[in-house]
Amino acid sequence: MAKPGLDGHDRGAKVIARALRDAGMEVIYTGLRQTPEMIVNAALQEDVQVIGLSILSGAHNAIVPRVLELLREKEMTDVMLIVGGIVPDEDAAALKRQGVAAVFQPGASLEAIVAFIKGAVPVA
Amino acid sequence: MKSADPEFTTISGVPVEPLYGPGDFPIPPPGDFPYTRGIHRDMYRGKLWTMRQFSGFATPEETNLRYHYLLAQGQTGLSVAFDLPTLMGYDADHALSEGEVGKCGAPVSSLEDMEILFRGIPLGEVSVSMTINSPASVLWAMYLAVAQQQGVPWAHLSGTLQNDILKEYIAQKEYIYPPRASMRLVTDTIEFGALHTPKFNPVSVSGYHIREAGSTAVQELAFTLRDGIEYVDWALQRGLDIDEFAPRLSFFFNAHSDFFEEIAKYRAARKIWAHVCRERYGAKSERSLKLRFHAQTAGCSLTWQQPYNNVVRTALQAMAAVLGGAQSLHTNSLDEAYALPGEHAVTIALRTQQVLAFESGVAAAPDPFGGSYFLEHLTLSTEAAANRYIRQIDEMGGMIAAIEAGFPQTEIASASYRYQREIESGQRTIVGVNRFQSGVSQSDAQPIELLRIGEAATRRQTAKLAALRARRDNGNVQKTLSALRRAAEGADNTMPPLLDAVRAYATLGEICDALRAVFGTYQETPHI
Repeated sequence: MAKPGLDGHDRGAKVIARALRDAGMEVIYTGLRQTPEMIVNAALQEDVQVIGLSILSGAHNAIVPRVLELLREKEMTDVMLIVGGIVPDEDAAALKRQGVAAVFQPGASLEAIVAFIKGAVPVA
Repeated sequence: MKSADPEFTTISGVPVEPLYGPGDFPIPPPGDFPYTRGIHRDMYRGKLWTMRQFSGFATPEETNLRYHYLLAQGQTGLSVAFDLPTLMGYDADHALSEGEVGKCGAPVSSLEDMEILFRGIPLGEVSVSMTINSPASVLWAMYLAVAQQQGVPWAHLSGTLQNDILKEYIAQKEYIYPPRASMRLVTDTIEFGALHTPKFNPVSVSGYHIREAGSTAVQELAFTLRDGIEYVDWALQRGLDIDEFAPRLSFFFNAHSDFFEEIAKYRAARKIWAHVCRERYGAKSERSLKLRFHAQTAGCSLTWQQPYNNVVRTALQAMAAVLGGAQSLHTNSLDEAYALPGEHAVTIALRTQQVLAFESGVAAAPDPFGGSYFLEHLTLSTEAAANRYIRQIDEMGGMIAAIEAGFPQTEIASASYRYQREIESGQRTIVGVNRFQSGVSQSDAQPIELLRIGEAATRRQTAKLAALRARRDNGNVQKTLSALRRAAEGADNTMPPLLDAVRAYATLGEICDALRAVFGTYQETPHI
């Protein structure tokens, strides 16, 4: 669970991290103000199956493609990328076309997020 | 009041009277200590709350146009929103600013941007609030420099600097430097303000962000007031007299959804603070005892689903703030969950305040719900619960110690998780989200006319910065930055060297980097 860019709003990221742990997943929370490079490196080191990006600042169109590019460069394309935050419908559609597995907009339930990950990712 | 029969007490030994009625709650009128009912005898009959919409986006030029628009539509004070790079002390052309310029507020990288922001706005006549924290003193120096350019004496300036760094570590997370260095910077502004800007509030001790991070109303109140106590302690340590600066400490609370709980919270806030200033600090001036606050309706309560319901939520929350005696108010726009306010949406939000002020009649009598059995009970219980937290933090060694121990952060994270679980289980209803989902595309649809901010702002700001650096006297800039570093390393007030630096057109990033070199930067230990 990563907070890329300058956005410091971490309520959602922390609530979801806790819910995922309650659902039996191992969760690493990167903390705030991570660059795409830092996030992908952490994901590589921790050998994660999923990266969750929490972005409420409107900077998703700059940040997400950069993360996808780095995942391709490091041959980590089996790592699933999901995004949560303030992402308008048009942008969400575009991000999914670029390879993001899911975009969770405000009001998404913890249940739906947990179910999506459990459905998409095999137990390690 | 008859004395209680000693046989009837609570488990804790509190005597219980045979009957409770109106006479048991003697509460002084508004304007009388401890100001539970309001800080003025006449409240809004004398002067309405300031209608002050928080605003800023894309570029200083476009933000300036929005300020003119809002003033023309009847708002009575300005409130500046800065973008994330500015909030974090980075220029618009910094590597970390990529994709972020102008997205959450107005970019201000130098005095030039501040001049543009206030073009055509007479600072001697319009009060200005600036939501800025870690680099607050830098932006304040820019504002003071613009006022000087306009020929307005600093003693005439009215406004507020948020400048509440403690709540950044607790909730909003826009910190740069470590806590003690940051507190020194805040104390510098309080000291400078006491001398030079008697009508300006150098700090807005805030609970809004604590609440938005997921705290309860009691936590919002307690952590805010305890932050206030920490600022007072530092100012007293600096050698200021309580009555020199306390009158200009201001506060900022959330206006959340539970109507009566919010009104009780504001009343308890005034009561606790009045007692704190009189008994803990021995303040003599009445103005030191009167808690003045700005309120903003709760952004976190507004939904993506069925966004037009948000107009109703905001109206009810605004009414609670008014019935609770706020001095200044921002109402959120219906597109809160989607984007920064569009022009149409922000107009509705402003009209909400105007309908409240001029049509509803609720401004006619101060504290009109005073005496309500429910409200008076809630006020007392909120006061007691908040005081328990304040004492607890006192025992931990104060708010900085509590922050270092992760206490307020953990309380907030737990409250926030509990709240989300209540929504998930259906125990708590959010209309349109977990109940009453309409499935009617028109009412579900995202609002039209969403404000879209692209990358043109970045290009414009970057070009401006390049031109600025080319035409200014760079030798002079370096001189002012050296002087600032020396002041920061020593004990001198940093405001005068900051003023010199901004007038030399040193950029925000350059100034903050000079301070980063002296103070270092802060990394938090996350508490989930």
